[in-house]
Amino acid sequence: MAKTILDFEKPIFELEQKLEEMRKFSDRLDIEKDMVRLEEKVRQLKEEVYKGLTRWQRVQLARHPERPYTLDYIYAMTESFVELHGDRLFRDDKAIVGGLAQLGNHKVVIMGQQKGRDTKSNLYRNFGMMNPEGYRKALRLMKLAEKFNKPVITMLDTPGAFPGIEAEERGQAEAIARNLFEMARLKVPIIVVIIGEGASGGALGIGVGDRILMLENCWYSVISPESCSSILWRSWDYKEQAAEALKLTAPDLLEQGIIDRIIPEPLGGAHKDHKQMADTLKTALIEELDALIKIKPEKLVTARIEKFGKMGVFVE
Amino acid sequence: MPWFRRSKVNISPDTQKRELPDGLWEKCPSCGEIIHKKQLELNLWTCLKCDYHWRIGSKEYISFLLDKNSFKEMDRKMRSADPLEFRDTKKYSDRIAEAIKKLDLYDAVRTGTGKIEGRDVALGCMDFEFIGGSMGSVVGEKLARLIDKAYKDKLPTIIISRSGGARMMEGAYSLMQLAKVSARLTKLAEAGIPYISVLTDPTTGGTTASYAMLGDIHIAEPKALIGFAGPRVIKQTIGKDLPEGFQKSEFLLEKGFIDFISHRKDLRTNIIRVLDLLI
Ligand SMILES: [Zn+2]
Repeated sequence: MAKTILDFEKPIFELEQKLEEMRKFSDRLDIEKDMVRLEEKVRQLKEEVYKGLTRWQRVQLARHPERPYTLDYIYAMTESFVELHGDRLFRDDKAIVGGLAQLGNHKVVIMGQQKGRDTKSNLYRNFGMMNPEGYRKALRLMKLAEKFNKPVITMLDTPGAFPGIEAEERGQAEAIARNLFEMARLKVPIIVVIIGEGASGGALGIGVGDRILMLENCWYSVISPESCSSILWRSWDYKEQAAEALKLTAPDLLEQGIIDRIIPEPLGGAHKDHKQMADTLKTALIEELDALIKIKPEKLVTARIEKFGKMGVFVE
Repeated sequence: MPWFRRSKVNISPDTQKRELPDGLWEKCPSCGEIIHKKQLELNLWTCLKCDYHWRIGSKEYISFLLDKNSFKEMDRKMRSADPLEFRDTKKYSDRIAEAIKKLDLYDAVRTGTGKIEGRDVALGCMDFEFIGGSMGSVVGEKLARLIDKAYKDKLPTIIISRSGGARMMEGAYSLMQLAKVSARLTKLAEAGIPYISVLTDPTTGGTTASYAMLGDIHIAEPKALIGFAGPRVIKQTIGKDLPEGFQKSEFLLEKGFIDFISHRKDLRTNIIRVLDLLI
Protein backbone atom coordinates (compact mmCIF):
# COMPACT_ATOMS: atom_id res chain seq x y z
CA MET A 1 0.00 0.00 0.00
CA ALA A 2 1.26 3.48 -0.89
CA LYS A 3 2.28 5.52 2.09
CA THR A 4 -0.31 8.12 3.07
CA ILE A 5 1.08 11.51 4.01
CA LEU A 6 -1.32 14.05 5.46
CA ASP A 7 -0.82 17.70 4.52
CA PHE A 8 0.59 18.71 7.86
CA GLU A 9 2.85 15.65 7.92
CA LYS A 10 4.54 16.67 4.65
CA PRO A 11 7.29 19.00 5.91
CA ILE A 12 8.30 16.39 8.48
CA PHE A 13 8.22 13.62 5.91
CA GLU A 14 10.42 15.60 3.54
CA LEU A 15 13.05 16.26 6.18
CA GLU A 16 12.98 12.62 7.22
CA GLN A 17 13.54 11.59 3.63
CA LYS A 18 16.50 13.90 3.33
CA LEU A 19 17.92 12.45 6.51
CA GLU A 20 17.48 8.98 5.07
CA GLU A 21 19.43 9.95 1.94
CA MET A 22 22.22 11.45 4.00
CA ARG A 23 22.49 8.25 6.00
CA LYS A 24 23.31 6.35 2.84
CA PHE A 25 26.36 8.51 2.23
CA SER A 26 27.35 9.16 5.81
CA ASP A 27 30.19 6.63 5.83
CA ARG A 28 31.76 8.15 2.73
CA LEU A 29 31.29 11.80 3.63
CA ASP A 30 32.03 13.64 6.79
CA ILE A 31 28.51 14.90 7.48
CA GLU A 32 27.99 13.58 10.98
CA LYS A 33 27.47 17.05 12.40
CA ASP A 34 25.04 18.08 9.70
CA MET A 35 23.02 14.97 10.34
CA VAL A 36 22.79 15.56 14.03
CA ARG A 37 21.62 19.08 13.32
CA LEU A 38 19.01 17.85 10.90
CA GLU A 39 17.79 15.20 13.30
CA GLU A 40 17.31 17.86 15.93
CA LYS A 41 15.41 19.96 13.45
CA VAL A 42 13.06 17.09 12.63
CA ARG A 43 12.43 16.49 16.30
CA GLN A 44 11.63 20.15 16.91
CA LEU A 45 9.37 20.37 13.90
CA LYS A 46 7.47 17.28 15.01
CA GLU A 47 6.89 18.63 18.47
CA GLU A 48 5.72 21.92 17.06
CA VAL A 49 3.33 20.35 14.55
CA TYR A 50 1.81 17.80 16.89
CA LYS A 51 1.43 20.14 19.81
CA GLY A 52 -0.52 22.62 17.73
CA LEU A 53 -2.84 20.22 15.93
CA THR A 54 -6.22 21.64 15.07
CA ARG A 55 -9.32 19.58 15.75
CA TRP A 56 -9.71 18.83 12.08
CA GLN A 57 -6.11 17.61 11.88
CA ARG A 58 -6.81 15.23 14.73
CA VAL A 59 -9.85 13.95 12.86
CA GLN A 60 -7.51 13.24 9.94
CA LEU A 61 -5.08 11.40 12.23
CA ALA A 62 -7.95 9.38 13.68
CA ARG A 63 -8.72 8.24 10.13
CA HIS A 64 -5.13 7.70 9.06
CA PRO A 65 -5.15 4.58 6.89
CA GLU A 66 -1.98 3.26 8.54
CA ARG A 67 -3.41 3.53 12.03
CA PRO A 68 -3.69 0.31 14.02
CA TYR A 69 -7.18 -1.21 13.93
CA THR A 70 -8.98 -3.42 16.43
CA LEU A 71 -7.41 -6.70 15.32
CA ASP A 72 -3.94 -5.13 15.31
CA TYR A 73 -4.44 -4.21 18.95
CA ILE A 74 -5.90 -7.57 19.84
CA TYR A 75 -3.00 -9.48 18.28
CA ALA A 76 -0.40 -7.12 19.74
CA MET A 77 -1.84 -6.95 23.26
CA THR A 78 -3.22 -10.39 24.03
CA GLU A 79 -1.32 -13.56 24.82
CA SER A 80 -4.13 -15.67 23.45
CA PHE A 81 -7.20 -14.89 21.37
CA VAL A 82 -10.05 -17.02 20.10
CA GLU A 83 -12.22 -15.16 17.65
CA LEU A 84 -15.96 -15.83 17.91
CA HIS A 85 -18.47 -15.19 15.17
CA GLY A 86 -22.11 -14.44 14.63
CA ASP A 87 -25.16 -13.16 16.43
CA ARG A 88 -26.94 -16.58 16.44
CA LEU A 89 -29.89 -14.87 14.76
CA PHE A 90 -29.01 -13.77 11.28
CA ARG A 91 -25.34 -13.79 10.33
CA ASP A 92 -21.81 -12.76 11.22
CA ASP A 93 -21.19 -9.04 10.83
CA LYS A 94 -17.62 -8.57 9.63
CA ALA A 95 -17.59 -4.92 10.66
CA ILE A 96 -17.12 -6.04 14.24
CA VAL A 97 -14.68 -8.62 15.52
CA GLY A 98 -14.51 -10.13 18.97
CA GLY A 99 -13.73 -13.09 21.09
CA LEU A 100 -12.09 -14.54 24.17
CA ALA A 101 -8.66 -13.32 25.10
CA GLN A 102 -5.92 -13.39 27.68
CA LEU A 103 -4.67 -9.92 28.49
CA GLY A 104 -1.83 -10.10 31.01
CA ASN A 105 -3.37 -11.89 33.99
CA HIS A 106 -6.91 -11.20 32.89
CA LYS A 107 -9.21 -13.39 30.87
CA VAL A 108 -11.51 -11.05 29.00
CA VAL A 109 -14.04 -10.75 26.20
CA ILE A 110 -12.67 -8.23 23.75
CA MET A 111 -14.31 -6.75 20.67
CA GLY A 112 -14.30 -3.75 18.38
CA GLN A 113 -15.26 -2.30 15.06
CA GLN A 114 -12.89 -3.35 12.32
CA LYS A 115 -11.92 -1.32 9.28
CA GLY A 116 -10.12 -2.65 6.21
CA ARG A 117 -6.76 -1.55 4.79
CA ASP A 118 -7.58 -1.63 1.09
CA THR A 119 -10.68 -1.60 -1.11
CA LYS A 120 -11.16 -5.32 -0.91
CA SER A 121 -10.84 -5.62 2.84
CA ASN A 122 -12.85 -2.46 3.34
CA LEU A 123 -15.73 -3.94 1.38
CA TYR A 124 -15.40 -7.11 3.44
CA ARG A 125 -15.46 -5.09 6.65
CA ASN A 126 -18.09 -2.66 5.33
CA PHE A 127 -15.69 0.19 6.27
CA GLY A 128 -16.30 -0.61 9.94
CA MET A 129 -19.99 0.25 9.64
CA MET A 130 -22.08 -2.24 11.57
CA ASN A 131 -25.48 -3.64 10.71
CA PRO A 132 -28.01 -4.66 13.37
CA GLU A 133 -26.57 -8.18 13.48
CA GLY A 134 -23.24 -6.60 14.48
CA TYR A 135 -24.76 -4.96 17.54
CA ARG A 136 -26.51 -8.23 18.35
CA LYS A 137 -23.24 -10.13 17.92
CA ALA A 138 -21.61 -7.68 20.34
CA LEU A 139 -24.44 -8.18 22.82
CA ARG A 140 -24.16 -11.95 22.56
CA LEU A 141 -20.46 -11.75 23.39
CA MET A 142 -21.18 -9.44 26.33
CA LYS A 143 -23.80 -11.84 27.68
CA LEU A 144 -21.24 -14.62 27.34
CA ALA A 145 -18.80 -12.50 29.33
CA GLU A 146 -21.42 -11.92 31.99
CA LYS A 147 -22.26 -15.61 32.23
CA PHE A 148 -18.62 -16.57 32.79
CA ASN A 149 -17.77 -13.49 34.84
CA LYS A 150 -15.24 -12.00 32.44
CA PRO A 151 -14.65 -8.28 31.98
CA VAL A 152 -15.52 -6.76 28.62
CA ILE A 153 -13.27 -4.51 26.55
CA THR A 154 -14.77 -2.73 23.54
CA MET A 155 -12.83 -0.73 20.95
CA LEU A 156 -14.61 1.98 19.00
CA ASP A 157 -13.56 2.82 15.47
CA THR A 158 -16.42 3.48 13.08
CA PRO A 159 -17.64 6.19 10.71
CA GLY A 160 -21.15 5.26 11.86
CA ALA A 161 -23.77 2.53 11.84
CA PHE A 162 -24.54 1.45 8.30
CA PRO A 163 -27.41 3.41 6.74
CA GLY A 164 -29.05 0.86 4.45
CA ILE A 165 -32.45 -0.57 3.61
CA GLU A 166 -31.75 -3.95 5.16
CA ALA A 167 -30.21 -2.36 8.23
CA GLU A 168 -33.47 -0.50 8.82
CA GLU A 169 -35.56 -3.59 8.08
CA ARG A 170 -33.68 -5.54 10.70
CA GLY A 171 -33.98 -2.76 13.25
CA GLN A 172 -30.74 -0.79 13.38
CA ALA A 173 -32.27 1.57 15.95
CA GLU A 174 -33.61 -1.24 18.10
CA ALA A 175 -30.29 -3.08 18.03
CA ILE A 176 -28.36 -0.01 19.20
CA ALA A 177 -30.99 0.90 21.81
CA ARG A 178 -30.95 -2.66 23.18
CA ASN A 179 -27.17 -2.53 23.57
CA LEU A 180 -27.27 0.77 25.46
CA PHE A 181 -29.85 -0.74 27.78
CA GLU A 182 -28.11 -4.07 28.32
CA MET A 183 -24.62 -2.60 28.62
CA ALA A 184 -25.89 -0.26 31.32
CA ARG A 185 -26.84 -3.23 33.49
CA LEU A 186 -24.24 -5.84 32.53
CA LYS A 187 -22.89 -7.38 35.72
CA VAL A 188 -19.23 -7.44 34.70
CA PRO A 189 -16.78 -4.55 34.22
CA ILE A 190 -16.80 -2.85 30.82
CA ILE A 191 -13.89 -0.78 29.53
CA VAL A 192 -14.46 1.24 26.38
CA VAL A 193 -11.56 2.53 24.28
CA ILE A 194 -11.98 4.94 21.40
CA ILE A 195 -9.13 3.94 19.09
CA GLY A 196 -10.08 5.91 15.96
CA GLU A 197 -13.38 7.38 14.91
CA GLY A 198 -16.30 7.46 17.30
CA ALA A 199 -19.19 8.46 15.11
CA SER A 200 -22.50 8.86 16.79
CA GLY A 201 -24.95 6.13 17.82
CA GLY A 202 -23.07 3.64 15.69
CA ALA A 203 -20.07 3.97 18.00
CA LEU A 204 -22.02 4.38 21.24
CA GLY A 205 -23.85 1.13 20.45
CA ILE A 206 -20.83 -0.66 21.95
CA GLY A 207 -19.70 2.31 24.03
CA VAL A 208 -21.40 2.17 27.43
CA GLY A 209 -18.98 1.24 30.19
CA ASP A 210 -17.38 1.84 33.56
CA ARG A 211 -14.24 3.45 32.21
CA ILE A 212 -14.04 5.31 28.91
CA LEU A 213 -10.52 5.65 27.53
CA MET A 214 -9.61 7.53 24.41
CA LEU A 215 -6.41 7.55 22.39
CA GLU A 216 -4.91 11.00 22.02
CA ASN A 217 -5.74 11.58 18.36
CA CYS A 218 -9.28 10.34 18.03
CA TRP A 219 -12.66 11.95 17.65
CA TYR A 220 -15.97 11.09 19.24
CA SER A 221 -19.18 12.99 18.71
CA VAL A 222 -22.80 12.99 17.71
CA ILE A 223 -21.98 13.49 14.05
CA SER A 224 -18.97 13.67 11.74
CA PRO A 225 -17.63 17.15 10.90
CA GLU A 226 -18.51 16.61 7.23
CA SER A 227 -22.14 15.71 7.87
CA CYS A 228 -22.44 18.49 10.41
CA SER A 229 -21.12 20.93 7.83
CA SER A 230 -23.53 19.72 5.18
CA ILE A 231 -26.51 20.05 7.48
CA LEU A 232 -25.82 23.23 9.41
CA TRP A 233 -23.81 25.13 6.79
CA ARG A 234 -25.59 23.45 3.89
CA SER A 235 -22.24 22.79 2.25
CA TRP A 236 -19.45 20.23 2.61
CA ASP A 237 -16.84 22.98 2.84
CA TYR A 238 -17.10 23.82 6.52
CA LYS A 239 -15.74 20.60 8.01
CA GLU A 240 -12.89 22.43 9.78
CA GLN A 241 -15.31 24.86 11.43
CA ALA A 242 -17.67 22.01 12.25
CA ALA A 243 -14.85 20.06 13.89
CA GLU A 244 -13.98 23.12 15.97
CA ALA A 245 -17.61 23.73 16.93
CA LEU A 246 -18.28 20.12 17.90
CA LYS A 247 -15.32 20.01 20.34
CA LEU A 248 -14.78 16.37 19.54
CA THR A 249 -11.16 15.63 20.48
CA ALA A 250 -9.86 13.65 23.44
CA PRO A 251 -8.86 16.75 25.45
CA ASP A 252 -12.31 18.26 24.74
CA LEU A 253 -14.12 15.16 25.90
CA LEU A 254 -12.00 14.82 29.03
CA GLU A 255 -12.96 18.37 29.92
CA GLN A 256 -16.63 17.60 29.25
CA GLY A 257 -16.48 14.64 31.60
CA ILE A 258 -17.43 12.21 28.86
CA ILE A 259 -14.20 10.24 28.88
CA ASP A 260 -12.09 9.27 31.89
CA ARG A 261 -8.60 9.05 30.52
CA ILE A 262 -6.51 9.96 27.50
CA ILE A 263 -4.03 7.36 26.28
CA PRO A 264 -0.97 9.12 24.81
CA GLU A 265 0.04 8.19 21.28
CA PRO A 266 3.59 7.99 19.92
CA LEU A 267 4.80 11.34 18.57
CA GLY A 268 3.13 11.81 15.22
CA GLY A 269 0.24 9.47 15.97
CA ALA A 270 -0.54 5.82 16.61
CA HIS A 271 0.37 4.87 13.03
CA LYS A 272 4.02 5.85 13.64
CA ASP A 273 4.62 2.97 16.00
CA HIS A 274 2.01 0.26 16.28
CA LYS A 275 3.93 -1.68 18.89
CA GLN A 276 4.54 1.24 21.20
CA MET A 277 0.86 2.21 20.91
CA ALA A 278 -0.34 -1.28 21.73
CA ASP A 279 2.04 -1.54 24.68
CA THR A 280 0.84 1.75 26.13
CA LEU A 281 -2.79 0.74 25.73
CA LYS A 282 -2.19 -2.69 27.21
CA THR A 283 -0.57 -1.22 30.32
CA ALA A 284 -3.50 1.15 30.77
CA LEU A 285 -6.10 -1.59 30.27
CA ILE A 286 -4.45 -3.85 32.82
CA GLU A 287 -4.36 -1.02 35.36
CA GLU A 288 -8.05 -0.37 34.81
CA LEU A 289 -8.94 -4.07 34.97
CA ASP A 290 -6.99 -4.53 38.20
CA ALA A 291 -9.11 -1.83 39.80
CA LEU A 292 -12.49 -2.74 38.29
CA ILE A 293 -12.51 -6.44 39.11
CA LYS A 294 -12.46 -5.56 42.81
CA ILE A 295 -15.82 -3.82 42.62
CA LYS A 296 -18.99 -5.80 43.39
CA PRO A 297 -21.35 -6.22 40.41
CA GLU A 298 -24.30 -4.33 41.98
CA LYS A 299 -22.06 -1.40 42.85
CA LEU A 300 -20.55 -1.44 39.40
CA VAL A 301 -23.95 -1.25 37.70
CA THR A 302 -25.26 1.51 39.97
CA ALA A 303 -22.11 3.55 39.42
CA ARG A 304 -22.33 3.03 35.66
CA ILE A 305 -25.91 4.26 35.48
CA GLU A 306 -24.96 7.26 37.60
CA LYS A 307 -21.88 7.96 35.51
CA PHE A 308 -23.96 8.44 32.38
CA GLY A 309 -26.63 10.18 34.41
CA LYS A 310 -24.20 12.97 35.17
CA MET A 311 -23.47 13.70 31.52
CA GLY A 312 -25.09 16.84 30.18
CA VAL A 313 -25.24 20.53 30.98
CA PHE A 314 -28.41 22.55 31.53
CA VAL A 315 -29.78 25.53 33.40
CA GLU A 316 -32.64 25.35 35.89
CA MET B 1 -28.97 10.94 13.30
CA PRO B 2 -29.49 14.63 13.97
CA TRP B 3 -32.75 16.44 13.60
CA PHE B 4 -31.85 18.82 10.82
CA ARG B 5 -31.00 16.32 8.15
CA ARG B 6 -34.57 15.52 7.35
CA SER B 7 -36.27 18.77 7.94
CA LYS B 8 -35.67 20.19 4.51
CA VAL B 9 -36.49 17.24 2.33
CA ASN B 10 -39.10 15.57 4.32
CA ILE B 11 -40.87 18.49 5.82
CA SER B 12 -44.49 17.67 6.11
CA PRO B 13 -46.74 20.32 4.64
CA ASP B 14 -48.62 20.80 7.88
CA THR B 15 -45.64 22.49 9.44
CA GLN B 16 -45.85 25.14 6.78
CA LYS B 17 -49.18 26.38 8.05
CA ARG B 18 -51.39 26.32 5.02
CA GLU B 19 -54.11 28.29 6.61
CA LEU B 20 -56.95 29.70 4.59
CA PRO B 21 -57.40 33.46 4.72
CA ASP B 22 -59.60 33.78 7.79
CA GLY B 23 -57.41 31.38 9.78
CA LEU B 24 -60.33 29.21 10.78
CA TRP B 25 -59.81 26.47 8.27
CA GLU B 26 -57.09 23.95 7.63
CA LYS B 27 -56.45 22.08 4.45
CA CYS B 28 -55.48 18.41 4.77
CA PRO B 29 -51.99 18.07 3.26
CA SER B 30 -52.79 14.53 2.22
CA CYS B 31 -56.25 14.68 0.60
CA GLY B 32 -56.92 18.40 0.36
CA GLU B 33 -60.07 18.34 2.47
CA ILE B 34 -60.91 21.71 4.03
CA ILE B 35 -61.67 21.30 7.71
CA HIS B 36 -62.78 23.84 10.30
CA LYS B 37 -60.22 24.19 13.07
CA LYS B 38 -62.74 23.45 15.80
CA GLN B 39 -63.75 20.30 14.01
CA LEU B 40 -60.12 19.33 13.53
CA GLU B 41 -59.48 19.74 17.24
CA LEU B 42 -62.52 17.60 18.06
CA ASN B 43 -61.10 15.00 15.73
CA LEU B 44 -57.75 15.20 17.56
CA TRP B 45 -56.00 16.80 14.60
CA THR B 46 -56.65 13.96 12.24
CA CYS B 47 -58.37 14.27 8.86
CA LEU B 48 -62.05 13.42 8.85
CA LYS B 49 -61.79 12.09 5.36
CA CYS B 50 -58.41 10.32 5.03
CA ASP B 51 -57.19 9.91 8.64
CA TYR B 52 -54.05 11.96 8.03
CA HIS B 53 -52.43 12.74 11.39
CA TRP B 54 -51.22 16.30 11.85
CA ARG B 55 -48.00 16.78 13.80
CA ILE B 56 -49.13 18.04 17.17
CA GLY B 57 -47.27 18.87 20.36
CA SER B 58 -47.23 17.96 24.04
CA LYS B 59 -50.02 20.36 24.95
CA GLU B 60 -52.40 18.64 22.56
CA TYR B 61 -51.48 15.10 23.63
CA ILE B 62 -51.91 15.98 27.28
CA SER B 63 -55.33 17.49 26.48
CA PHE B 64 -56.80 14.25 25.20
CA LEU B 65 -54.68 11.53 26.81
CA LEU B 66 -54.84 12.48 30.46
CA ASP B 67 -57.81 13.04 32.75
CA LYS B 68 -58.84 16.65 32.82
CA ASN B 69 -56.56 18.96 34.84
CA SER B 70 -54.56 16.05 36.21
CA PHE B 71 -51.21 16.93 34.64
CA LYS B 72 -48.50 18.24 36.93
CA GLU B 73 -45.52 19.40 34.95
CA MET B 74 -41.96 18.80 36.14
CA ASP B 75 -38.87 20.88 35.41
CA ARG B 76 -40.81 23.15 33.06
CA LYS B 77 -38.16 25.82 32.84
CA MET B 78 -35.08 23.69 32.48
CA ARG B 79 -33.17 24.99 29.47
CA SER B 80 -30.02 24.38 27.49
CA ALA B 81 -26.79 25.90 28.76
CA ASP B 82 -25.10 25.80 25.35
CA PRO B 83 -22.12 23.96 26.86
CA LEU B 84 -19.99 24.05 23.70
CA GLU B 85 -20.78 27.69 22.87
CA PHE B 86 -21.75 26.25 19.56
CA ARG B 87 -21.98 28.38 16.50
CA ASP B 88 -22.67 27.49 12.88
CA THR B 89 -24.27 30.07 10.62
CA LYS B 90 -26.11 31.10 13.76
CA LYS B 91 -25.35 30.94 17.45
CA TYR B 92 -26.99 27.99 19.17
CA SER B 93 -27.84 30.22 22.12
CA ASP B 94 -29.81 32.44 19.73
CA ARG B 95 -31.64 29.46 18.26
CA ILE B 96 -32.63 28.43 21.77
CA ALA B 97 -33.73 31.92 22.79
CA GLU B 98 -35.81 32.32 19.65
CA ALA B 99 -37.50 28.96 20.07
CA ILE B 100 -38.34 29.68 23.69
CA LYS B 101 -39.82 33.02 22.80
CA LYS B 102 -41.82 31.77 19.88
CA LEU B 103 -43.17 28.55 21.34
CA ASP B 104 -43.65 29.08 25.05
CA LEU B 105 -41.64 25.90 25.53
CA TYR B 106 -38.19 25.66 27.09
CA ASP B 107 -36.99 22.59 25.24
CA ALA B 108 -38.15 19.67 23.14
CA VAL B 109 -39.84 17.54 25.78
CA ARG B 110 -42.54 18.14 28.37
CA THR B 111 -42.57 15.81 31.37
CA GLY B 112 -44.82 15.31 34.35
CA THR B 113 -47.30 13.14 36.14
CA GLY B 114 -51.02 12.81 35.60
CA LYS B 115 -53.93 10.45 35.63
CA ILE B 116 -55.31 8.33 32.89
CA GLU B 117 -58.75 6.94 33.70
CA GLY B 118 -57.95 7.57 37.34
CA ARG B 119 -54.60 5.75 37.22
CA ASP B 120 -51.44 7.69 38.05
CA VAL B 121 -48.87 7.72 35.27
CA ALA B 122 -45.63 9.45 34.32
CA LEU B 123 -45.75 11.09 30.91
CA GLY B 124 -43.06 12.52 28.67
CA CYS B 125 -44.05 14.04 25.38
CA MET B 126 -41.72 15.54 22.81
CA ASP B 127 -42.30 18.77 20.92
CA PHE B 128 -41.05 18.62 17.37
CA GLU B 129 -41.47 22.34 16.91
CA PHE B 130 -38.62 22.98 19.31
CA ILE B 131 -35.49 22.60 17.12
CA GLY B 132 -36.88 19.55 15.39
CA GLY B 133 -37.65 17.75 18.62
CA SER B 134 -33.94 17.22 18.98
CA MET B 135 -32.52 15.59 22.06
CA GLY B 136 -29.85 17.47 23.97
CA SER B 137 -28.93 17.65 27.65
CA VAL B 138 -32.31 19.05 28.67
CA VAL B 139 -34.36 16.33 27.01
CA GLY B 140 -32.06 13.71 28.51
CA GLU B 141 -32.15 15.15 32.01
CA LYS B 142 -35.92 15.74 32.03
CA LEU B 143 -36.61 12.19 30.88
CA ALA B 144 -34.11 10.80 33.39
CA ARG B 145 -35.86 12.65 36.21
CA LEU B 146 -39.25 11.53 34.94
CA ILE B 147 -38.05 7.93 35.07
CA ASP B 148 -36.66 8.45 38.57
CA LYS B 149 -40.03 9.79 39.68
CA ALA B 150 -41.81 6.86 38.04
CA TYR B 151 -39.42 4.46 39.75
CA LYS B 152 -39.91 6.05 43.15
CA ASP B 153 -43.71 6.22 42.94
CA LYS B 154 -44.11 3.06 40.83
CA LEU B 155 -45.83 4.89 38.00
CA PRO B 156 -46.39 3.31 34.62
CA THR B 157 -44.48 5.45 32.16
CA ILE B 158 -45.47 6.70 28.74
CA ILE B 159 -43.08 8.53 26.42
CA ILE B 160 -44.41 9.99 23.18
CA SER B 161 -41.59 10.55 20.71
CA ARG B 162 -41.57 12.95 17.79
CA SER B 163 -37.97 13.79 17.14
CA GLY B 164 -35.29 14.06 14.51
CA GLY B 165 -32.69 12.61 16.88
CA ALA B 166 -29.79 13.96 18.88
CA ARG B 167 -29.08 17.69 18.87
CA MET B 168 -25.86 18.40 16.97
CA MET B 169 -25.17 21.67 18.74
CA GLU B 170 -24.41 19.87 21.97
CA GLY B 171 -21.89 17.50 20.39
CA ALA B 172 -20.96 14.47 22.47
CA TYR B 173 -23.17 15.66 25.33
CA SER B 174 -26.25 15.05 23.21
CA LEU B 175 -24.95 11.66 22.10
CA MET B 176 -24.56 10.65 25.73
CA GLN B 177 -28.23 11.37 26.39
CA LEU B 178 -29.03 8.16 24.49
CA ALA B 179 -27.01 6.19 27.02
CA LYS B 180 -28.24 8.23 29.95
CA VAL B 181 -31.94 7.66 29.33
CA SER B 182 -31.50 4.03 28.24
CA ALA B 183 -29.50 3.31 31.40
CA ARG B 184 -32.20 4.88 33.54
CA LEU B 185 -34.88 2.73 31.91
CA THR B 186 -33.17 -0.39 33.25
CA LYS B 187 -34.42 0.66 36.69
CA LEU B 188 -38.04 0.55 35.56
CA ALA B 189 -37.44 -2.82 33.98
CA GLU B 190 -35.87 -4.27 37.13
CA ALA B 191 -38.77 -2.93 39.21
CA GLY B 192 -41.39 -4.35 36.85
CA ILE B 193 -42.88 -0.96 36.05
CA PRO B 194 -44.41 -0.84 32.57
CA TYR B 195 -43.06 1.55 30.01
CA ILE B 196 -45.07 2.32 26.88
CA SER B 197 -43.33 4.01 23.98
CA VAL B 198 -45.53 5.87 21.52
CA LEU B 199 -43.82 6.61 18.22
CA THR B 200 -45.20 9.41 16.07
CA ASP B 201 -44.17 11.17 12.89
CA PRO B 202 -41.21 11.47 12.74
CA THR B 203 -39.11 9.45 15.18
CA THR B 204 -35.58 9.04 13.88
CA GLY B 205 -31.90 8.97 14.80
CA GLY B 206 -30.79 8.81 18.39
CA THR B 207 -34.30 9.01 19.76
CA THR B 208 -35.28 5.81 17.97
CA ALA B 209 -31.90 4.28 18.87
CA SER B 210 -32.62 4.72 22.56
CA TYR B 211 -35.82 5.15 24.58
CA ALA B 212 -38.30 5.06 21.69
CA MET B 213 -37.27 1.45 20.93
CA LEU B 214 -37.00 0.29 24.54
CA GLY B 215 -40.66 0.11 25.49
CA ASP B 216 -42.37 -2.95 26.88
CA ILE B 217 -45.04 -1.99 24.40
CA HIS B 218 -44.49 -0.01 21.19
CA ILE B 219 -47.49 1.86 19.79
CA ALA B 220 -47.16 3.90 16.59
CA GLU B 221 -49.46 6.42 14.99
CA PRO B 222 -50.40 5.52 11.41
CA LYS B 223 -47.96 6.30 8.60
CA ALA B 224 -45.35 7.82 10.91
CA LEU B 225 -41.75 7.88 9.69
CA ILE B 226 -39.74 5.77 12.14
CA GLY B 227 -36.13 4.78 11.64
CA PHE B 228 -32.49 5.21 12.52
CA ALA B 229 -30.94 6.76 9.42
CA GLY B 230 -33.01 9.32 7.56
CA PRO B 231 -34.34 8.34 4.12
CA ARG B 232 -32.15 10.88 2.34
CA VAL B 233 -28.95 9.52 3.88
CA ILE B 234 -29.90 5.96 2.98
CA LYS B 235 -30.75 6.96 -0.56
CA GLN B 236 -27.41 8.74 -0.90
CA THR B 237 -25.50 5.79 0.51
CA ILE B 238 -27.03 3.05 -1.59
CA GLY B 239 -27.77 5.17 -4.65
CA LYS B 240 -31.17 3.59 -5.15
CA ASP B 241 -34.74 4.72 -4.66
CA LEU B 242 -36.35 3.55 -1.47
CA PRO B 243 -39.29 1.16 -1.59
CA GLU B 244 -42.81 2.50 -1.14
CA GLY B 245 -43.79 2.77 2.51
CA PHE B 246 -40.21 2.22 3.72
CA GLN B 247 -39.69 3.25 7.38
CA LYS B 248 -43.38 3.91 7.89
CA SER B 249 -45.29 2.56 10.92
CA GLU B 250 -46.92 -0.14 8.81
CA PHE B 251 -43.47 -1.26 7.59
CA LEU B 252 -42.14 -1.44 11.14
CA LEU B 253 -45.18 -3.41 12.25
CA GLU B 254 -44.53 -5.88 9.45
CA LYS B 255 -40.83 -6.13 10.36
CA GLY B 256 -41.63 -6.74 14.00
CA PHE B 257 -40.58 -3.55 15.75
CA ILE B 258 -44.02 -2.17 16.63
CA ASP B 259 -46.69 -3.95 18.67
CA PHE B 260 -49.60 -2.20 17.03
CA ILE B 261 -50.65 0.94 15.23
CA SER B 262 -53.22 3.13 16.86
CA HIS B 263 -55.30 5.89 15.38
CA ARG B 264 -54.86 8.93 17.54
CA LYS B 265 -58.53 8.80 18.49
CA ASP B 266 -57.98 5.33 19.98
CA LEU B 267 -54.68 6.06 21.68
CA ARG B 268 -56.06 6.81 25.13
CA THR B 269 -58.32 3.76 25.09
CA ASN B 270 -55.49 1.56 23.89
CA ILE B 271 -53.13 2.76 26.60
CA ILE B 272 -55.80 2.19 29.24
CA ARG B 273 -56.40 -1.35 27.96
CA VAL B 274 -52.72 -2.20 27.88
CA LEU B 275 -52.12 -0.88 31.38
CA ASP B 276 -55.21 -2.69 32.70
CA LEU B 277 -53.94 -5.97 31.31
CA LEU B 278 -50.33 -5.48 32.39
CA ILE B 279 -50.79 -4.33 35.94
ZN1 LIG C 1 -57.17 14.15 4.52
